[in-house]
Amino acid sequence: MKVPSELKYTKEHEWVKIEGNRAIIGITYYAQDSLGDIVFVELPSVGDAVEVEEPFGVVESVKTASDLYAPVSGQVVEVNNEPMDSPEVVNQDPYGQGWMIMVEMSDPSQIEKLMSAEEYQALIEA
Amino acid sequence: MQELKRTPLYNIHLAAGAKMVEFGGWLMPVQYEGIIAEHQAVRSAAGLFDVSHMGEIQISGPTAREFVQRLVTNDISRLKPGCAIYSPMCNPQGGTVDDLLVYQLEDQQYLLVVNASNTDKDFHWIVSQQVPGVEIQNVSEVTCQLALQGPQAEKILQRLTAVDLSHIKSFCFVYGAVEGIHCLISRTGYTGEAGFELYFPASHAERVWQAIMATGATDGLRPVGLGARDTLRFEACLALYGHELTDDISPLMAGLGWTVKFNKPEFVGKEPLLKQKEAGTTYQLVGLEMIDRGIPRQGYAIFKEGQEVGWITSGTFAPTLGKNMGLGYVEIPFADVGKELNIMVRNKPLKARIVKKPFYKREV
Repeated sequence: MKVPSELKYTKEHEWVKIEGNRAIIGITYYAQDSLGDIVFVELPSVGDAVEVEEPFGVVESVKTASDLYAPVSGQVVEVNNEPMDSPEVVNQDPYGQGWMIMVEMSDPSQIEKLMSAEEYQALIEA
Repeated sequence: MQELKRTPLYNIHLAAGAKMVEFGGWLMPVQYEGIIAEHQAVRSAAGLFDVSHMGEIQISGPTAREFVQRLVTNDISRLKPGCAIYSPMCNPQGGTVDDLLVYQLEDQQYLLVVNASNTDKDFHWIVSQQVPGVEIQNVSEVTCQLALQGPQAEKILQRLTAVDLSHIKSFCFVYGAVEGIHCLISRTGYTGEAGFELYFPASHAERVWQAIMATGATDGLRPVGLGARDTLRFEACLALYGHELTDDISPLMAGLGWTVKFNKPEFVGKEPLLKQKEAGTTYQLVGLEMIDRGIPRQGYAIFKEGQEVGWITSGTFAPTLGKNMGLGYVEIPFADVGKELNIMVRNKPLKARIVKKPFYKREV
């Protein structure tokens, strides 16, 4: 399973890329692989607030619907429309074109609670 | 926790890269390469399904015919050895114990093919109804069942058997050797496509599976898991027990009135079903197409102008249609084709429209 070392992770299988005060968020290779064919993605709008560990969107596969949980609190400053228009992009490129939202963090110290690639790798192998 | 049962093809599934999940007490392949690809393979070429988890209950003896006739709602009086019939089996209240296929094997012998998750319940129910002159045997454990479905199914299977498959009519079967193994070969299925179901001793499962997969490889045959089995039956609007049918839902309410024959001799559930037929049911099973973006899922409530009028029984993205669809029960006054309703998806009332069933019908 692909776990890029430069990213941070949640136990709910979101990945986070930190760029200054901003966090780019998506779901991991493991998450999309477990879900199977993704057919629907619902994301917040630019300007919406997200709250750490609270649902910010939904990803649905053929079989089931799963909430997306915010790794950090803040305000949505950019939303990737591609997963909503072509949900299969999340299966094809979960760390690239399948990214979901960018958040302006209100409390960057929350990053410290996220998992490293090694910790996440251990979680999915457990 | 009870140990999950494994079909005789468990190792084959693992080797084929299947994702295994619990289903009805069994560890089953939910998908191999992906539900949508497998779904499309069945619609355009062919798919092979391991459905050995299904239950097989054999009923034999001099009074077997009358016994089965009393158990099920459909009329088996014209059933002959070599044919099968689909029927609900009801409880005394008119709810559905299960829906099943009744195969007549011989003059005094029937095979009831039942849902995996209901096998034990059905067996106990049938035994509780036992009369002198019938023997009831649960042969699920020793039977392998495969389904070969799709437009290429006949061509593929014909290479492995001397039986002329073109002579098998819909819902009929023959006995014949497939790859040298004695099989019951029936023209039945649960995908909305043409195809066959094979029943044979579980000890030969790997040999038959591998022979079919090998000979069908050049025709686009793929192994197919329970995930695509569900999306295929969903598009064809075939009822799934636990969703469209339950112990509390009658076949009349499920739109299966054609399987309830009031003109035949006494059968379990007849009285309440007759009353229901005369009075009419409160709810009707309808097909729904989403207008707003969202997917209806089992259990979601259906509303009309703020009033709750029903619930979703099955829903997903329908791969052949490329649309988000649902099946659900709706109060009769709101259940006409063309009516708009709201489905509560995560506390949001999303717009949907009632459409004709089935969502998909194979061109003949």
